[in-house]
Amino acid sequence: MRIELRQIRKSFGPVKANDGIDLIFEGGKIYGLLGENGAGKSTLMKILSGYQPPDSGEILLDSHSKSFKSPADALKNGIGMVYQDPHDFPPFTILDNYLLGKDTGLVLDFKDARKELTELASRYGFEVDLGAIIDNLSLGERQQLELIRLLAGGAQLLILDEPTTGISAEQKVLLFESIHRLAKEEGKTLILVSHKLDEVQELCDYVFILRRGQLVGESEIPCQTSSLVEMMFGQVPSRSERSSFILGEPAVQLKNLKISTYRLTIEDINLTIQSGEVFGFAGLEGSGQKLVLQACAGILHPEAGQMLINGTDTTVWSFHKLQKFGVAYVSAGRIEEGLVGDLSLTEHVILSLPEHKFLVDWKGSRTETQIRIEKYQIVGRPDTMAAELSGGNQQRLLFALLNTPLRLLLLEHPTRGLDVRSADWIWQLLYQRREEGTAIIFMSADLDEIIERSDRIAVFSGGKMSHVVEAHKTSVDECGHLIGGQL
Amino acid sequence: MNNAELIIIFSSIILQASPLIIAVCGETITERSGVINLSLDGTMLMAAMTGFVVALKSNNVWVGFLSAAVVGMVFALIIAFGSIRLKQNQVAIGFVLTLLGDDLSSFLGQNFTRIPGPFIKKLAIPVLKDIPILGPLFFDQNLVVYFALILVVFTWWFMFRTRPGLQLRAAGERPAAAFSRGVGVNRVRYLYTILGGALVGIAGASYSLNIKLGWSDGHTRGLGWIALAIVIFGGWSPIRGAFGAILFGATKSLATVLQRRYPEVSVVAFNSIPWIMMIAVLLLVSSQFTDWLISVMPRRLQRPLHQLLKVSPPMALGTIFEED
Amino acid sequence: MNFSKWLRVSWPVVPILASLIFTTVLLLGFGANPIESFQAMIEGSFGDRSKTLSVLAFWIPMLLASTGLLVTFTAGLWNIGVEGQIIMGAVAASWVALKVTAPSPLLIGMEILAAMAGGGLWAAIVGVLKTRGRVHEIFGGLALNNLAIILTNYLISGPWQPPEGGTFRGTQPFQEAALLPRFAESRFSPISLVFVIIAFGLVLLSLSGTYWGLKLKALGKNPRSAFFLGVSSERETILAMLFCGALAGIAGAVRVLSWFDSLRQSISGGIGYLALLVVMLAMFRIFWVPIIAFFFSAVLNGSITLQLRTQLHSSLGGILTGVMVLFVLLFGNLNALRRKRTEENVEIVDEQR
Repeated sequence: MRIELRQIRKSFGPVKANDGIDLIFEGGKIYGLLGENGAGKSTLMKILSGYQPPDSGEILLDSHSKSFKSPADALKNGIGMVYQDPHDFPPFTILDNYLLGKDTGLVLDFKDARKELTELASRYGFEVDLGAIIDNLSLGERQQLELIRLLAGGAQLLILDEPTTGISAEQKVLLFESIHRLAKEEGKTLILVSHKLDEVQELCDYVFILRRGQLVGESEIPCQTSSLVEMMFGQVPSRSERSSFILGEPAVQLKNLKISTYRLTIEDINLTIQSGEVFGFAGLEGSGQKLVLQACAGILHPEAGQMLINGTDTTVWSFHKLQKFGVAYVSAGRIEEGLVGDLSLTEHVILSLPEHKFLVDWKGSRTETQIRIEKYQIVGRPDTMAAELSGGNQQRLLFALLNTPLRLLLLEHPTRGLDVRSADWIWQLLYQRREEGTAIIFMSADLDEIIERSDRIAVFSGGKMSHVVEAHKTSVDECGHLIGGQL
Repeated sequence: MNNAELIIIFSSIILQASPLIIAVCGETITERSGVINLSLDGTMLMAAMTGFVVALKSNNVWVGFLSAAVVGMVFALIIAFGSIRLKQNQVAIGFVLTLLGDDLSSFLGQNFTRIPGPFIKKLAIPVLKDIPILGPLFFDQNLVVYFALILVVFTWWFMFRTRPGLQLRAAGERPAAAFSRGVGVNRVRYLYTILGGALVGIAGASYSLNIKLGWSDGHTRGLGWIALAIVIFGGWSPIRGAFGAILFGATKSLATVLQRRYPEVSVVAFNSIPWIMMIAVLLLVSSQFTDWLISVMPRRLQRPLHQLLKVSPPMALGTIFEED
Repeated sequence: MNFSKWLRVSWPVVPILASLIFTTVLLLGFGANPIESFQAMIEGSFGDRSKTLSVLAFWIPMLLASTGLLVTFTAGLWNIGVEGQIIMGAVAASWVALKVTAPSPLLIGMEILAAMAGGGLWAAIVGVLKTRGRVHEIFGGLALNNLAIILTNYLISGPWQPPEGGTFRGTQPFQEAALLPRFAESRFSPISLVFVIIAFGLVLLSLSGTYWGLKLKALGKNPRSAFFLGVSSERETILAMLFCGALAGIAGAVRVLSWFDSLRQSISGGIGYLALLVVMLAMFRIFWVPIIAFFFSAVLNGSITLQLRTQLHSSLGGILTGVMVLFVLLFGNLNALRRKRTEENVEIVDEQR
C-alpha cells in the first residue's frame, strides 16, 4: 500500500502545528519521523491515523483520496497507531480490551478472541497472560497487545509513537524484531515517531524530519547523525557545561526505608545525598523511584525505616510540614498536580509565599509576580490565568513558585515534553539552585538526561534499587542493563 | 418466629425492594456510560404521580407505567442534553431537577391525593411457586418483581457479555480511547442515560401502583437518593446493586419487626435507620477503615477482599467528552 | 452570531420570561386564570405592610444561609446539608430558650452562639465524613438533614412538648425574653438584619481579601494542585463547613425566635434547599445573592396567598423559581458552547476510590 499526504495543514489557534506537509510512504519500508518537541510529528500522525481531521489537505491510499471519521475508520482502511500511552482500558480484562472495536456480533466471543490472541502473540514472540487485567501489565506489554489488536484489525500501516520510552531492554529487542519482521517479511509499512537518533539509525530505511510544522529534510539511512541533528534543530545545540561543584553536608539520609502501596513494595533503601548534589533516579515507570521521591516529600509515609533531612528526623512529617521546612516537590502533571488552571499567576505566587498575613496584599503581590515573570522569562502577565500559558511557560511558572533557599528539591520528569533549548534552560536554573546548597533528586525516563545531568545515579527495577553509580563513570549501556534487572 | 413467618417477611422484603432494584439498574447503566443523573428523587416522585394518575384516568396500569417511563426519559434527557450538548454541570442540573420534580409532582398531583386507584395484582407462577422456600419468595409475586429480577440478570449479561455493553463500559472508563475504537461516546451516553431514566420512571410507578398505592404529597421522597447511594455501594454492578437494595429493604423490615416487638423504643430510632445505613454503607466501601480492615487480613485473602469491598467508579464519570 | 449577542445583552430577562411562560402554561392547563394567579402572588407578597414585612422576615434567614453557602461553594463543596444545619441551629437556640433564664439581651446572645455551635457542629460532621470517611458531602448532608428532622419531631412530640399535650405542631412556646424583638406586629426582627449585614461583610472579606479565601478558591478549582500549593484540603473543608454551618445556624435561630415562637416541624421550611438555588441562580456572584434571595422570598410568600385564594398548591412558587434556576444552569454560560471546556471532573463518586 502506498500512502501519500498532500499539503496537510492543522492549526490550534494561532499555532500552526502542520503547515503544508507532503509525505509519501511505500509498502515494506520502515520510516522514521524525527523532530524536536512541538515540531508537529504527533499532530500529523494523529491526522493520518484518523484521530483528528486536518484543516486542509489530502490523504491518499493507493491514489484514492480518503478521509477518516475516527481511528476505527482508519483501521478499516488499514492504518493503525500505537500511542505512547496506549489507548486501552485499565480496568478491562485483556479479552474485553481486545474485543472492543471488533464487529463480531451481539454476544462477545471470548473463545475466538483467546485463540486469535494466542496465535498472534506467539507469531511475534510476545507472551500474554490471558487472564490478566490491563492495569497490571507493564507499558511494554500493553504496547504489544495494542500492536496485536491493530494487526488483527487489518493494519497495513503501523505508526508507533515513541515506542521505546518506558519499556525494558528485552521488550525493546522483541519490539525491534517484530518491526523488522512486519516490514521485511509481511510487507507492512512502519512509521516510527521518535527523537532517539540511534534507534532510528538502527531500524529505519528512510527518515523524514519536521521542524516547526514543516518538512525540512529527508534522508536515506544510514546517514551521518550530525546531519540529522542539524536538520532537526537548524544548528547543533550547544550543551552547557556542567560546572564542577564541591558537595556539602548530608542533606538527605534514608535508612532502611520501606514503602509499600497496594501495587508495589520497595524496601532496604539506603541512601545519603549531600547538599548541592544532583542525584538521578533512573528506571522504568512503576519501578519504585516515584515512591521514594514521594516519601522524601512526605506525600507517602514509609512503613519502616528512617528519613533525615539536614540531620532532623522527618520520617513521619506531613507534606505541608516538610514544605515549610524547605522541601519542595514538582510533579510531572503541571495542571493536574501543580497549577490551578483558573487561578492567575499572582494568585499562585501568593499561595506559595512562605509567610502569610491574614489579609492579602494584592498590590505588593502583583509587583512580586511581575519580578518573577521577568526573572523566569514567563510569557504572561500577573493576571493571566495559568491555563492560558503554554506548557513550557507553565513549567517555568512552577519553578518560579519555588521558594529560596530550599534544602531539598524533588522533581518528577522535570523536562518532559520540553524541547532541547527549554530543557537546557531549566537545568541552568537547577544548577543555580545547587549552588545555593539545595540537594536535588530527580527522576526521568530519559537515560541520556540522567547520565548527563546527575552527579550520582541509582537505578530502580521492579521495586529494587541498585547500588549507586557515579554518573561520569557509567554509560547508557550499563544503566540499561541495571534497568533490565541484571543487578 | 417460625419459618412461615420468616418466609412471609422475606417475600415482602423482595417485594418492597423491587422498585429500588429497578431504579438501581437504571442508574447503574447511566453512570457506567459516564453520566450522573442526580435527579432520581424528583424523577421518581413525578413518575409515581404520573403513573398513578394516568393509570387512574385510563383505567390501565400498563399505560400508567408507560407514562411514568416517559417522565423518566424526559428528566434524563434534560440532564443528558445539558451536560453533553450544553456542557454544563450535571450535578447542578440534577439537583435542581430533584427539587423541581418534587414541586411539580405536588402541584400537578394535588387533586389526586388519597384516591384509590388501579394496581398490579399478584401473579403466582404455577409449579414454581410450590418449591419450598424459593417458591414463595421469588415465584409468588407480581409482574413488577419478576421484571426487577429478570432486569438484574439481563443487565449484568448485557454489560459484561455483549458488544454494546462493552461499548457502554468503555464510554464511561476512557472516552478518548473508546472513540478510537469506533464508539460514539456521546451517542452512547445519550442512549443509556435516557434508558436509565425510563427505568427510574418505571421504578417510581411501581411504587404508586404496587407497594404504596395511590398518590400523596411526597409519596416516594428519599427513595431516589437511596438508589443513588446503592449504586455506589453496588460498585456499579447490577447484581451487587440488587443485593444492596435487598439489604436495604431488609433493614427496613427488620426495623418494623423490632418496632412491633419493642413498642416502647421510640420511633426516632427506627426512622433513623435508613439514613444511618446510608452513611454506614458508603463508609464501608470507601473509607480508610476498609483499607485497614483489608490490611489486617491474611495476605491471600487481600486481593479478593479488595475487589469485593472497595469500589471504584467508572473513571470518566461526570466528565465531558469533546469529539473533535 | 447575532442570536447569542442579543441573548447576552437581554440576558437577565430571559430566564424570568421562560419561567413565566412555563408557569402560565401550567396554570392554563389546570384551568386556572394566570393573570389572577400572578396577581394573587404579588398581592400576597406586597399587598400590605405586614405581608411585605413577612417577605423581609423570610428573606433574612435565606440570605444568611446563601451567604454561608458561598463559602462552601468556593471550596468546591455541595453542602446539601445546609437544611439540617439550619434546623440544628434552631434546635440549639430552642434549648437555650427553654432551659436558661437570663435578661433578654444576654439570653439572645447565648441563643445565637448556641445556634452557631449547633449548625457548625452539624456541618462539621458532614465535613469529617468527607475528609476521613470519603463519603461525598451530598450523601452525608442528605442523611444528616433527615436525622435533624427526625430529631426535631422527637423533641416536639416528646421532651419539649407543650404542657397541654403533644400535638406535633410545635414545642412549648418560648419565654418572651428569648424571642427576638419584632417590628410592629410582624415576624420581621430588625436585629436579624444586623446579623445578615455582619455575615455578608465577613463572607465578602473572607472570600476576596484573605489568604484563607484564596486557599478555598484553589481547593474548589483543583484540590490536587491545591495540595501541592500548600493547601490542606482536610483543614479547609472543615473550616468552610464550620463557617457555613454557623451562618446557617443563625438562620435557624432567626426562624425559631422571630418567625415562630417555638420549635416547629417545618422550622426550616426548605430554606436550606432554596438557599442552594439562590446561589446557583446568582451564578455564585456575591452581590447578586441578596437580590435573588429577596426575589425568591417574594415569590414563595406570594404563593402561600395563592393557595389560600385559589386553592392552587403553593408549590407553584417553587416551580417558578426552579424553572428559572434550571434555565440559567442550562443556558447561563453561553461561552461554554463556544469555548472548548477542559474536563470538568465531578467528585461526587471520585471519593469512593
